Amino acid sequence: MIELLAQTGLNALYAASYISLVAVGLVLIFGVMGVINFAHGELFMVGAYTVVALYADLQMPFLVAITFGLIFVGLLGLVMERSMFRPLRDNPLGGLVASIGFLMILQALASIGFGVRMEHIPPVTQEVIVFSEKVRLPLPRLFVMVAAVVLLGALWYFLRRTRFGWALRASAQDPEAAALQGISINQTARIAMFIGAGLAGVAGALTAPLVSVNPHMGHSVIVTAFIVIIVGGVGSLEGAVLASVVYAFVHTVVTTFWDGVIADIVGLSLMLLVLIVKPTGLFGTAERA
Amino acid sequence: MLKALFWIALAAALIALPHALSFSQQEILVFLTINVLLVASYRLLTLTGEWSLAHVVIMGVGAYASAFYTKEFGVFVPVSMLLGAVTAALVAMVLSYPLFRMKGFYFLIGSFAAGEIIRLLWKRFRDPFGGPKGLKGIEPMPDFSIGIYDFDFFEPVSYYYFAATVVAVCLWLMWRIERSPVGLTFHAVHWQDKLAQAAGVNVQAYRTLAFVIASGFAGLAGALMAHYIGTINPNSFDVEVMVFVLTWAIVGGTATFYGPILGCVVLTILNEIVLREMGFEQMRPLIYGAILILSILFLPNGLESLVERALKPFRRTPASGTPAGDAPPASPASDTP
Repeated sequence: MIELLAQTGLNALYAASYISLVAVGLVLIFGVMGVINFAHGELFMVGAYTVVALYADLQMPFLVAITFGLIFVGLLGLVMERSMFRPLRDNPLGGLVASIGFLMILQALASIGFGVRMEHIPPVTQEVIVFSEKVRLPLPRLFVMVAAVVLLGALWYFLRRTRFGWALRASAQDPEAAALQGISINQTARIAMFIGAGLAGVAGALTAPLVSVNPHMGHSVIVTAFIVIIVGGVGSLEGAVLASVVYAFVHTVVTTFWDGVIADIVGLSLMLLVLIVKPTGLFGTAERA
Repeated sequence: MLKALFWIALAAALIALPHALSFSQQEILVFLTINVLLVASYRLLTLTGEWSLAHVVIMGVGAYASAFYTKEFGVFVPVSMLLGAVTAALVAMVLSYPLFRMKGFYFLIGSFAAGEIIRLLWKRFRDPFGGPKGLKGIEPMPDFSIGIYDFDFFEPVSYYYFAATVVAVCLWLMWRIERSPVGLTFHAVHWQDKLAQAAGVNVQAYRTLAFVIASGFAGLAGALMAHYIGTINPNSFDVEVMVFVLTWAIVGGTATFYGPILGCVVLTILNEIVLREMGFEQMRPLIYGAILILSILFLPNGLESLVERALKPFRRTPASGTPAGDAPPASPASDTP
């Protein structure tokens, strides 16, 4: 029993690490631009496909593929910002609808380019850390966890300790006042979009060898990310990370003891409950006006 | 007089239409007819300013319920369809208690969660919902004759006539509802909710009412669908279908009654007739996505705004035909606070 719990805990930590990367990016985009990016799950999917193309097909080193995933998806984010979110700045629902359109385009491109069936990606390493007979941690999962900690740490440092990060937080709090202080709204939007999209891309790239890669994989990712950002409080980065951990534990435990669909239902009910009882989220502070 | 002529001509055209089409196009026409009801009911829901992402699942509730009643209790199919609609309305009423504690973006996400929970319940519980494979062998409409025409429901033409009649009645009902004091209150709740509240309108109750009525019509659309195809499963009502409904409504525009219907008809024709016949099957989501983005960027008030502009010189009083004529443009832009 202890062993089962320990294994479940490890699985949950792994899930929490990539979920938090996706959710933090989503929160960052929402915080700075006020847009809910429905295509975020598809950015994750594109990240996974860069690994399919570069690592599995072209046999480049895994690290190169991941870096490329981060940059490429980040650039995709810039394209979204310039072509859709900037012209629709005064139209929050419009941005959301446009991102749904973008989602469909990305899905279609992935199906056309790679086919709809599951991609097989050779494992990066077969090594497994064995704690005991029933408690094991495959090394690729550890990579994901370490990468998440490093990336989130870097983001934290960027937001709290650099001028750009300071500008970003300022325009998230009050865009108009920030603009009056000479902070370029377009500039901060670009940075937020690049980082937010890049994080989703790198999360997809990191987990690509561990999950089934297909053009529709983004759906469950975006649903999970929504649950996490609502539970954590929309607009709160720390809340998103904490909620990722909470959600991953609940989901993994329910999956282990019952099944995956029940776990999804429990997750969605949790989100609905938070929306009803405390719409600002468990860890959120004030609501964004 | 001119108006009466217009309606008679339209009715004649709609009666003659299926005979000019191929068999597979007739089948598409049936779906189109049902989707018109779906998207028109979606507009009724958006009248109070809230955009739900659960509408297609609610439609599914009507489909599942109607299929279930005929299967388990042997209810006569047309009666069962009505019961399916009532069930959908009741489920919507239950959902409205938690959902209408939220507004704007939170309502959108909350409705998505609620719909997804219902859908996962269908998927999870084999009994009575049939699990991932859904319900099969749903009782078809029994054939009947009205003297001048024999309804044989193996023929899509017959089902088209039947569905079109039902949809026409529903559209007329929705039109009447919107023009009634209740419908005007819906508009007031959307555009002036503080003022409406101050004037003694129970805003919450009217939001719920719009949601419940719209859900009833959506449920009927689902039931019409279920007894036509004969098989339904949880994936028939997933968020992808919801995206299509959203696209129809936004491309068409939601300020007028006909806007979403126009969007649905135009995009379906483009989709099925043009793209499918031209062999762009795989490109369809791509083109749909591009249309969605382009229309929100360059035609934020929808196709209806083009029609309204074209009709303007012919109208004696400005915007007399549209109940929302004096309201600000109802692009989703101004919907969320």
